[in-house]
Amino acid sequence: MRFRFARLPMAFALFALVALAALPWLATPYMVDLTTKIMIMAIFALSLELLVGGTGLVSFGHAAYFGVAAYAAALLAPKYDAASLPLLFAIAVLAAGAYALVVGALVLRTRGIYFIMVTLAFAQMAYYIFHDTKVGGGSDGVYLNIKPELTILGWKPFNLDNGLHFYFFTLVLLAAVFVFLTLLLRSRFGCALAGIRVNETRMRAAGFPTYSYKLAAFVLAGMLAGVAGFLFAAKDGFVNPELLSWHQSGAVLLMVILGGAGRLHGAVVGAFALTLLQEAFASEAIFGSFAKHWQLLLGATIILAVALLPEGLTGVADEIRAWRLRRRDAGQSAGATDA
Amino acid sequence: MREVLLRATAISKTFGGLIAVDNVSLELRRGEIHALIGTNGAGKSTLINVLTGELRGANGRVELDGQDISAWPQHRRARAGLGRSYQRTNIFPGFTVFENCRLAAQAGHQRPWSLAQAAGRCAVSGGAAQRALRLAGLEGHEHRLAGIMAHGQQRQLEIAMCLATAPRVLLLDEPLAGMGAEETVRMLELLQGLQADHAILLVEHDMDAVFRVSSQVTVMVDGKVLASAAPEAIRANPAVQQAYLGGAQ
Repeated sequence: MRFRFARLPMAFALFALVALAALPWLATPYMVDLTTKIMIMAIFALSLELLVGGTGLVSFGHAAYFGVAAYAAALLAPKYDAASLPLLFAIAVLAAGAYALVVGALVLRTRGIYFIMVTLAFAQMAYYIFHDTKVGGGSDGVYLNIKPELTILGWKPFNLDNGLHFYFFTLVLLAAVFVFLTLLLRSRFGCALAGIRVNETRMRAAGFPTYSYKLAAFVLAGMLAGVAGFLFAAKDGFVNPELLSWHQSGAVLLMVILGGAGRLHGAVVGAFALTLLQEAFASEAIFGSFAKHWQLLLGATIILAVALLPEGLTGVADEIRAWRLRRRDAGQSAGATDA
Repeated sequence: MREVLLRATAISKTFGGLIAVDNVSLELRRGEIHALIGTNGAGKSTLINVLTGELRGANGRVELDGQDISAWPQHRRARAGLGRSYQRTNIFPGFTVFENCRLAAQAGHQRPWSLAQAAGRCAVSGGAAQRALRLAGLEGHEHRLAGIMAHGQQRQLEIAMCLATAPRVLLLDEPLAGMGAEETVRMLELLQGLQADHAILLVEHDMDAVFRVSSQVTVMVDGKVLASAAPEAIRANPAVQQAYLGGAQ
């Protein structure tokens, strides 16, 4: 296999897994909580990477599926009793998938800039449904008072009320989503998506029903965003319409771009980078009173990063390699090398 | 009479007020190379796009093996055995030569649900790709990036990708364009070799090549069929000479 996806640095993934597994023993509870939040965003970014890097579909409304799953979890959980974790999880993910199926069936008839705009429009529609109607408590949102529980024959393997347990539950799901997408992108399905990204006309001429492939990817990405949305609702026990807002769609797209679209680990790196930058710039300990203008610093940093690193943070290694090759070639043709 | 694989009847296609293809009928038989010639803008590529289903909304009827496929989408026609190559090279430039062909071959063995197996390990599509590359004369170039190959080699890859899908009907849109003399000879030999169990439509400007390999020639002018006959008859046809061969022959 000679795809960029398949040359995925396994070493990086393993190192990150070990580091994340060891973190709770090395960091403060605040850091553990923050990392849980980042890992949820990493799952969200991975789901979008399937569309942006894997299929070439730039969705600017991906928060809708995240938010629909979060609302489904909060609204459908029993009020005074713990919900069944596998059941609520499945319902949330399927709700996100169902909305992605409806939206995808329509928006995939457009392409390019129109696709971006129409995905945004459908996300805004979902946003205003939750914001302006009583379905989900309006702009105040709703609470998920009691965390869902997993009970196997009366035995509870973990308790999501415990921050540490929640951390590892999220880490396991992040690893599972990562492995799933790695396999998917290497499979025939993933290679067909890559072909569609590069040259959809040729794929159709070869005999691929490209619309169905794109729809399958769109629904799958919606469901994976739903995994992240479910975790978000379960973690803080509170959801509001901002989860579906275009800010959220923009943030997750930024994570994919900042980390480097076209590489799965880019989405994870992007989620960490964007959230940590935001934390650092908003920290009064570092920036004093200027910290309240953190958005200004974050914006400037992102503009710089995108201008200087068009391939994203994880593309730096590739760019250095390409630069070295060019320099070597230039040196050889100028007769400047010793050999 | 040889077996008709593809029959197009009264095909018309308009773009706004422009009639690109006007009431064209033709039959492609197994064992025959059917050349389609005509000036630029005569509607040859549009006809291919209608036959493959890449362009929708045409009038007329397209039959494959006697079955009406006029309403079928492009991907279904392709899987049923309708293969095409493009006039302008239309490949996956960032993929290797092998992966270009393997991906095309995968169309016949899609199995998108089998996530555990890496696509590169798919023996069916890999084997088909290897055969197509050998036929097209690209053996030894498997691991090169398609986008950085020479133009002539990209034209060979274009044909290899078409062959990789194991089509029975080949619709080739100027396969010789941009090829060197040696590559042209090689390509014509390949077409003659494929002729036995394929029906081939060859759109081509190289008249020497056309008259050498084809058993039937159709001449299009302004979207209409001007004449359709054996090569000798076409060469002798005064209307064709005036409209297309320049009257010099």
